[in-house]
Amino acid sequence: MSRHTLSVLVENKPGVLARVAALFSRRGFNIDSLAVGPTEHADISRMTIVVSVEDLPLEQVTKQLNKLVNVIKIVELDPAQSVQRELMLVKVRADAETRSQVLETVQLFRARCVDVAPDAVTIEVTGTVDKLEAFIRVLEPFGIKELVQSGMVAVGRGARSITDRTLRALDRSA
Amino acid sequence: MTERMTGAQALVRALEHMEVETVFGIPGGAILPAYDPLLDSTKVRHVLVRHEQGAGHAAEGYAQATGKVGVCMATSGPGATNLVTPIADAYMDSVPIVAITGQVASSMIGTDAFQEADIVGITMPITKHNFLVTRAEDIPRTIAEAFHIAGTGRPGPVLVDISKDALQDEMDFVWPQPMQLPGYRPVTRPHSKQIREAARLIAEARRPVLYVGGGVHKAGASAELKVLAELTGMPVATTLMARGTFPDAHPQHVGMPGMHGTVAAVGALQRADLLVALGTRFDDRVTGRLDTFAPDAKIVHADIDPAEISKNRHADVPIVGDAREVIADLIVAVKAEIEARGAVDGRSGDYADWWAYLDRLRETYPLGYEDHEDGLAPQYVIERLGKLVGPDAFYCAGVGQHQMWAAQYIGYENPGSFINSGGAGTMGFAVPAAMGVKMGRPDATVWAIDGDGCFQMTNQELATCAIEGVPIKVAVINNGNLGMVRQWQTLFYNERYSNTDLQTARLIPDFVKLAEAYGCVGIRCDKAEDVDAAIQKAMEINDVPVVIDFIVHKDAMVWPMVAAGTSNDDIKYARDLAPEWENGD
Repeated sequence: MSRHTLSVLVENKPGVLARVAALFSRRGFNIDSLAVGPTEHADISRMTIVVSVEDLPLEQVTKQLNKLVNVIKIVELDPAQSVQRELMLVKVRADAETRSQVLETVQLFRARCVDVAPDAVTIEVTGTVDKLEAFIRVLEPFGIKELVQSGMVAVGRGARSITDRTLRALDRSA
Repeated sequence: MTERMTGAQALVRALEHMEVETVFGIPGGAILPAYDPLLDSTKVRHVLVRHEQGAGHAAEGYAQATGKVGVCMATSGPGATNLVTPIADAYMDSVPIVAITGQVASSMIGTDAFQEADIVGITMPITKHNFLVTRAEDIPRTIAEAFHIAGTGRPGPVLVDISKDALQDEMDFVWPQPMQLPGYRPVTRPHSKQIREAARLIAEARRPVLYVGGGVHKAGASAELKVLAELTGMPVATTLMARGTFPDAHPQHVGMPGMHGTVAAVGALQRADLLVALGTRFDDRVTGRLDTFAPDAKIVHADIDPAEISKNRHADVPIVGDAREVIADLIVAVKAEIEARGAVDGRSGDYADWWAYLDRLRETYPLGYEDHEDGLAPQYVIERLGKLVGPDAFYCAGVGQHQMWAAQYIGYENPGSFINSGGAGTMGFAVPAAMGVKMGRPDATVWAIDGDGCFQMTNQELATCAIEGVPIKVAVINNGNLGMVRQWQTLFYNERYSNTDLQTARLIPDFVKLAEAYGCVGIRCDKAEDVDAAIQKAMEINDVPVVIDFIVHKDAMVWPMVAAGTSNDDIKYARDLAPEWENGD
């Protein structure tokens, strides 16, 4: 099994997320991570979906996704040719004694401290999956009280955009 | 030019613009506003059915007989959920229908209101697409989009759920409506490089087979198929969904492949070195155990749905496109290939050894059945029906033994003349589908071949047929049992007949009386010598529906058979009788 990152441009309409999620479960594919948000075009949302499948089922996932009427375009992003980021907020036990050590770790990982309480700090960190995992490992000895993580978002490197050609085609047809 | 009207009026007007002539449905609270302007429409005829499932299957029959999009209508909640089975059926068999359902008012959605069901959520996995419309001004555009999606590309069902307030509110009607479907672009034009590669494989093959599915007739390509078949001399196998797409009487036709296919068709697929699969999806009922299916064959797979290609079996040459365009292009490419090669090796299209092998299979293992001393053979009934009624009629079947015998023994010469529930296997399909066929093609003779189990699921539509003047004919193949399930119990469950005896033998119900109660003519026949007379009598009655109750032997079984999950190589010609394959070369 290998991990694949799909960028999916969809119409910004109610129920589209349900259609995509339902398709994955109905066809027996597991989603590792999913993030949805607006794009530079008000009518279009972008989903970043990470799936762990073999190449052949991946082709099926892509073809089945393409059949959804609300799906406009699908691009698989090569990890080597794209920037991939997740956001994590983590609440760590930190009292007067350990706070400085925690803050040192925050600096090492280029994370940010976004909230401080007498016995805890909340840290915001972005990065690749590997970086976030490493960060958690280092924080664990202090005591992680709460952790929340976003799905991965990703964009291809270089000047090319997966949206502009699609959007030009849409504008022409409108 | 705009015109002020209600959403309900706009719905009816949009249906008129889509040239809808017939709508099958039942009104109820949420859809009620739409039924009022329907009363005034001179173009749209609404057929009041007895159960929404009947409306859906009728729309499917209508669509398949006319090539148009079928339309059914129901109210919210249970009305809509009763459409779920025919929608799933249409999805599996790629039948273009539009289902219009009423929904509770938009302010009530999500409150568990009276007769509320999330039909858009429920039908998401069984529709090609569906819509929830909560604004009157969106109705005409959505209807245009729904018909476009249902009828183009790979056809399929589309559901349009309209809230009651959207039907009641006023709006400005404009037509035509620009569609907003940026993500819907079906590919119909095949890739020329793939076509040339397919032609090269055809010319090089020694044991090729044209494996033809329902998509070929849906693309209106049976004439092109005949040209391609005769140009190459390849054997042709027609799946359950493609019966009639290539004439049964044609010498190149080897029969239906699959679980109850002919030995020649199954053997042809298993021993082929090339399958040219057109508008078909390598269904498990055709392939048997997938890893032993057609082990020596290269695969050319043409389908309008890219997701079907290499889904079950890897395609060496994938072709995405409309079957008609694919076959037309293949004809040109194969001609060029044969001419170019003829000069080189002189053996292109030489399938003499292959045909000798297949002819031996055809002669040794023709379709056949046993007569029963103490009862009527169901196969005989269906064989006589095909002979007496002929190939110009439409035949609709339910699901089970009678369906397989109808596929085997009628003898189809015309594309689209056999209409049945293939992928979903929906019992009860035949009677309402036949009603839809007859309404779409009123001049044609339409027979429903049904089982006694199936018939009891949807026979209330006989009332609709009698009242609306739709004189279909129904041949009930009555063995008193859920025959196909019983056959599996005989073969795989030590003859332990758990819950398959419907006890119809006690004449509960009496189908002749039932037919009469519905305003139809009922005929009973339980002897071989009476079969022809019963069919002829039914053929003479053209003002009301006719039901013939054929009481047949309960132990008749469908042969040949590839048991579920086993290899096609292990097909049984009859019980405990495996064919001898000999050498394929």
